[in-house]
Amino acid sequence: MSVKNHKDFFSWVIGGPQGSGINLSAELFAKALSRAGLKVFANIEYHSNIKGKHSDYRLTIGQTQPRSHDDPIDFLVALDEETLCGDLYHQYPTHRGLSGWVVEGGGILYDSAIGNMEDRVEKRNIHLFPMPYLDVLEEALRELGKVNQAQAYKIMKNVVAFGASAGAVDFDFSFLEEVIRGGFPERKKHLADMNVVAARKGYEYARREFAKTLNRKFHPLPKEKRQRQMVISGTQAVAIAKLRAGCALQTYYPISPATDESAYLEKHQRSYPLVIVQTEDEVSAVDMASAAALGGVRASTSTSGPGFALMPEGIGFASITEAGGPVLCLYQRSGPSTGIPTRTEQADLRFALHAGQGDFPKLVLAAGDIQECFEMTFEAFNWADRYQMPVLLLFDKHLASQMVTLPPFPVHGLRVDRGRWFDPSRKNGPYLRYALTEDGISPRSRPGLAGGQFWATSDEHNETGHISEGVANRIAMMAKRMGKEPKALSEIAVKYQYELWGPESAEWTWVFWGSSKGVLQDAAGLVSKKVRLLQIKLLHPFPREAVRKILSRSKKTICFDQNYSSQLAGLVREKTGLSMDSHVVKYDGRPISRSEVLAAQAAAQRGTERIVVSEGRVRREEEGIREVRDLVRLRENSRRMQPTPVPIPPGYNQ
Amino acid sequence: MEEQAVQEKKYAVQDYKSDLHNDWCPGCGDFGILTALQNALANLGLAPHQVAVVSGVGCSGKTPHYLNTYGFHTLHGRVLPMATGIKLANREITLVAVGGDGDGYGIGGGQFVAGGRRNLDFTYIIYNNDVYALTKGQASPTVARGKKTKSMPEPSILEPIHPVALALSSGYTFVARGYALDVKHLTGLIQRGIEHRGSALIDVYQTCPTYNDLHSRAWYAGKDRGGKSRIRYLDQMQYDPVVKNPEDAREVAQKKLQALEKAWSADEEVTLGVYYQIRLPTLEENLAQKMPALQDAPLAEQRLWERDIAPLFEELT
Repeated sequence: MSVKNHKDFFSWVIGGPQGSGINLSAELFAKALSRAGLKVFANIEYHSNIKGKHSDYRLTIGQTQPRSHDDPIDFLVALDEETLCGDLYHQYPTHRGLSGWVVEGGGILYDSAIGNMEDRVEKRNIHLFPMPYLDVLEEALRELGKVNQAQAYKIMKNVVAFGASAGAVDFDFSFLEEVIRGGFPERKKHLADMNVVAARKGYEYARREFAKTLNRKFHPLPKEKRQRQMVISGTQAVAIAKLRAGCALQTYYPISPATDESAYLEKHQRSYPLVIVQTEDEVSAVDMASAAALGGVRASTSTSGPGFALMPEGIGFASITEAGGPVLCLYQRSGPSTGIPTRTEQADLRFALHAGQGDFPKLVLAAGDIQECFEMTFEAFNWADRYQMPVLLLFDKHLASQMVTLPPFPVHGLRVDRGRWFDPSRKNGPYLRYALTEDGISPRSRPGLAGGQFWATSDEHNETGHISEGVANRIAMMAKRMGKEPKALSEIAVKYQYELWGPESAEWTWVFWGSSKGVLQDAAGLVSKKVRLLQIKLLHPFPREAVRKILSRSKKTICFDQNYSSQLAGLVREKTGLSMDSHVVKYDGRPISRSEVLAAQAAAQRGTERIVVSEGRVRREEEGIREVRDLVRLRENSRRMQPTPVPIPPGYNQ
Repeated sequence: MEEQAVQEKKYAVQDYKSDLHNDWCPGCGDFGILTALQNALANLGLAPHQVAVVSGVGCSGKTPHYLNTYGFHTLHGRVLPMATGIKLANREITLVAVGGDGDGYGIGGGQFVAGGRRNLDFTYIIYNNDVYALTKGQASPTVARGKKTKSMPEPSILEPIHPVALALSSGYTFVARGYALDVKHLTGLIQRGIEHRGSALIDVYQTCPTYNDLHSRAWYAGKDRGGKSRIRYLDQMQYDPVVKNPEDAREVAQKKLQALEKAWSADEEVTLGVYYQIRLPTLEENLAQKMPALQDAPLAEQRLWERDIAPLFEELT
């Protein structure tokens, strides 16, 4: 916990309509900063929409690694008016834009074509950088000999703006040029040239017009101090771990925010190989992966809440047949039902714990950051093989789509354990797939092995795998299967069960799970009180003794849940009998920020029990109705506004 | 030499029978299907450990337990994704899927359609008896509108699913119908289905003496019409189900239309045999074309965890 205050980090945000290229701009900038040796944490907010609705991408930049975002903005790049002022063209507006979040001394880069912003930005001492996007783009097109095609290339406004924002903070252009060129293959060099020229024109305009006014500069680290680092997302880390673990089959049905992982695997499948099947639904996805595990390979599937809702029958099947998988990745998003498809939440904990009829063994874990996404996914295949049960890994949209700078993951320590297998050479009597053994693990076989034939059934069965309704057999088989849970709990390395930071003497203990890890680590260094952090990773079977011991030696406790009903706090209480002093909840679909953590801590110190945070502060739920009405009134009292159309790329529809 | 000796080993029907006591009702048509399947496996000389039989849930779901092969008794309606997973893990396995009409055309309807489209190399036998027998005889998706078995309190008010039509439009590359009590004919059909490269659907008229009094052995034998059997055989007619040139869209359409016409025409009769057959690339072949390494060995035998992921890290820097 090295971060001392917000000032260590710089928050750069680009906003605009979906389809206008903000992802590309932000990701290129992140990569350029990374190449310069700076550390970046990137997160995106977007709508369930293809083109036109507002989206914003935030880079938190530092000399040390940021692990979280915060609501205040140091530099805002707006590709449209909505990014500044909200969607006031709607009868029922949903937001007020981001200009109100720009800090004193910060800057806003916007298209001067929008008009004068002086009287529309409330804050004082904010540097406004109006830039004629199209004029600058035209300048670039003139240099490229395409000046009469300015309308066709309007889509490149984002590139001009991106270049200008780098110019405004005096960042070395050569890094931008390098990453832009790196994004195009040799045969598309002309496109690379166009983008470089457009970015440079924006960059030069900003250097000429504004560089003196924004007092923040990004200096690249000296070359010898630069670490080789990746800019990697959660879904990429999970996907790469699957490849490293020897996953043979990945099944999926398209769903936000899980699809990115399968898409990444699909893109790389030919070089590995890995079979990807896009199934007809999630029922089929989980069944196919479970059956492949029964067939002897490592198999996985990835989904989000609505898809997971179709999977419980397959999970129960994998467990009763002791399939040795699948590894099931659940990327949570805002529920219930379709909910808010592209926004984050941690509200599927209880669902994951209880998905399926009957009592059956499974492992449920949640990763807290991208490094853990990689390590935990790799180990999950070992546990699936060793304990012959499904392993559910919980992530969320925030973790899936965030990107961080990280050195390549060390792989030399990774060990593959495929568990216990039938050995034809040591065969003694008929092979029994579900042999009742001391520790509940029966050696596995798979189709194709002579002498290893077996039956597997979703019915209760005896040692041969044939159906049995006998009482003695039922007791023995339930005990065999369920007994694998305490065995797993006693064997899984503690670092995958929970993690504790900070001294026992701390006045406050923050308890959390999943993607809150980064923000709590960053925020812990900012509060005046001494804080320690307890991250619970293994949610089932629950490490109750360890957690009880830690909590019973804690002074004041706060549990952080990004859901409505304090699901983790409830689970801890169920398993340990211990209650938290305060419950922080957030269910607005956006990830919890540093400001929100600090506000929550302050509220907990005042003795508040249920603390709802949202939009950077503690929020009073009872004021929700008034806030909805306020937005409607704001629209009625504001200047008329039209949504900015998304420029159409050249060659589109031709 | 030793391997060759193993391959040349002859298998008898007995080698495919498990020791388990069979608990189907006496006189059940399922016995005929089970026998036909065991005969077909023996005739093809397939080593039992190279065969996997996958079932759904219901009376037919118990089939794998009565076979001495790898047996997977899975979930209601989920035969096809399960079969696909097992086969993808080991493409050298001969895979036979079995299930009821409710399992395949009802609860597993979505899986049935997708299972045809994938053209996995497998054989799918549907035990079609018009009822959900294991839950005591409710209407299945194949019972005709206005008909009522003795187990149904009211006649069905729904249009039935037509297996041949559904299979043809779902992409099955081998579509056939058999009769559970004509074991010899059914054995031949199953053999042809297994030999076919691609997804083979065999819909089997199966008698359920306990719940279905509409389609009984006596009905098929035409006892009600002076002993004039209702069974007809395609291979005794001028009928060629095989598409000679899969590239020829006109021939494909013509062969599908001919199959539909044959399947729909005789209301009072049932027509058995192969309705349609076409050789198209299988799922396994399509995958191997993308990833030649899949042909080196079954995935279950490859040490996939020895992959080098360093290039992926490099790509992200």
